[in-house]
Amino acid sequence: MKPSWSEQLREREKQIKSGGAPKYHEKLAKQNKLFVRKRLELLFDDGFELEDGLFANCTSDGLPADGVITTIGKIHGQTVCVLANDSTVKAGSWGARTVEKMIRIQEIAEKLKVPMLYLVDSAGARITDQIEMFPGRRGAGRLFYNQVKLSGMIPQVCILFGPSAAGGAYIPAFCDVVIMVDKNASMYLGSPRMAEMVIGEKVSLEEMGGARMHCTVSGCGDILAKDEAEAIATARRYLSYFPANWEKKPELTPAKLPAKTARPIADVVPDHQNMPFDMLDFIHGLVDEDSFMEIKPLFAKELVTGFARLNGRAIGIVANQPKVKGGVLFVDSADKAARFITLCDAFNIPLLFLADVPGFMIGTQVEKAGIIRHGAKMISAMSEATVPKISVIVRKAYGAGLYAMAGPSFEPDCCLALPTAQIAVMGPEAAVNAVYSNKIAELEEPERSRFIHEKREEYRQDIDIYRLASELIIDGVIAPEDLRQELIDRFTAYESKQVHFSQRKHPVYPV
Amino acid sequence: MAKVYSNMAGTVWKVLVKAGDQVESDQTLIILESMKMEIPILAEQNGTVKEVKVSEGDFVNDGDVLVDIEE
Repeated sequence: MKPSWSEQLREREKQIKSGGAPKYHEKLAKQNKLFVRKRLELLFDDGFELEDGLFANCTSDGLPADGVITTIGKIHGQTVCVLANDSTVKAGSWGARTVEKMIRIQEIAEKLKVPMLYLVDSAGARITDQIEMFPGRRGAGRLFYNQVKLSGMIPQVCILFGPSAAGGAYIPAFCDVVIMVDKNASMYLGSPRMAEMVIGEKVSLEEMGGARMHCTVSGCGDILAKDEAEAIATARRYLSYFPANWEKKPELTPAKLPAKTARPIADVVPDHQNMPFDMLDFIHGLVDEDSFMEIKPLFAKELVTGFARLNGRAIGIVANQPKVKGGVLFVDSADKAARFITLCDAFNIPLLFLADVPGFMIGTQVEKAGIIRHGAKMISAMSEATVPKISVIVRKAYGAGLYAMAGPSFEPDCCLALPTAQIAVMGPEAAVNAVYSNKIAELEEPERSRFIHEKREEYRQDIDIYRLASELIIDGVIAPEDLRQELIDRFTAYESKQVHFSQRKHPVYPV
Repeated sequence: MAKVYSNMAGTVWKVLVKAGDQVESDQTLIILESMKMEIPILAEQNGTVKEVKVSEGDFVNDGDVLVDIEE
């Protein structure tokens, strides 16, 4: 008996949903990769809700769904749109219908105003189909145009499971965050084979465009995950700090106290200005237990960026890390900060700056690398941020470091200081040397040492934190043990803040 | 053999190890002084110090080799 129409349909659907040929599934397993539909099951609360374009290119052989799944599901109860490459189908490459499906799911995300996730595992364009998928109005370029248009409107998250090659490498580049699976994920414009042919360089893929390299050196990756399950769990966690779109606020979650194992923050900060300490200890002592999620933990480690919760409220933290490079701001740390501040501000996540900063790095190397324009980029992003913005001077803020960390001139809702904090153009040692260098050179010991000591003491009194409070430069001096409650109260009070930064088309970014 | 590099420009303030010393991963080998801050330079692995390439007071740049360590 001939199968019924419905039976024929079911059979075709089943065939398509099984993806590419068995040998490609075996290859996936060998690479510790999951089949794309398994990834989506892990991503969503309870599987697929709907899927478009299942039959894309179904009249051709061996191209089920044309190598991409476009779907809608839920994460923590929030509807999200997803596109996911199927690397068992022609290595996840893009044909004309692949691109059209991807563009359409972006358009749906825009209309629904919900987060858009890109699960990337693709060899790039199908060269054989280039006229249909590359140059035209709805060619692959449209994907990037849409990403730019959606940026800041809805959260855009990339999980990179495999390669994102050539043009495809711009999908992660235009996302808010890129989670990369160690050993498998890669981003590159030209493959190692092409690099050897065109420029004569011999290099491995891992070295040139591997996940670890991008998460530690280039900064193109934000979070390195040890396997696919961890990468997917990370994306789910990341979205828990975000609203569905720019017009909404992040949801409050049940409040928690800081971890019992966290050191009291009063014990974390050394009295001496120049000794290293771990700012992560300070953060853990301040925020709700297990709520801190670091972004770019391996890149430009002299500055810490991440999401956390204070009494259940999502905040973004930008903190200097004195344990690494003295917490001095460099080209990459300024870039990291600018990006993170922009991200938080776009989605109404209040910002907490924890300053312990000797300033921006000086010297030939950083000047050649353009530290001034990168610093300007950070200061520009921080100035423009109109979310509730609190600056806490933990131990010191010298020079332009004070400015970059949302110092008083930059319209923070308040600038608070711990009692041990110092604010100055520079520290006492450097200042006394700068002002009295001739005099110091003239003096003999022991007068010289006595003179230096005396002047440093004078300087310390001049920049005494109570003097700064008396002059209304800072808005309050807070004991470390009271800081958490103070911040909770203030972020609550600033909840209704509404500010338009300025009227214009857009700034001329100092990038 | 592993090389331990300076991660920023500064002056060598203290050299805490000498050739022949056994060192462990994360042990402080050298402290630089830069931007008025102490910058500890840590071993990235266990091993024996083969050579210390710098002396106290030397200027070092980002990327300069400070210590050679043999596994």
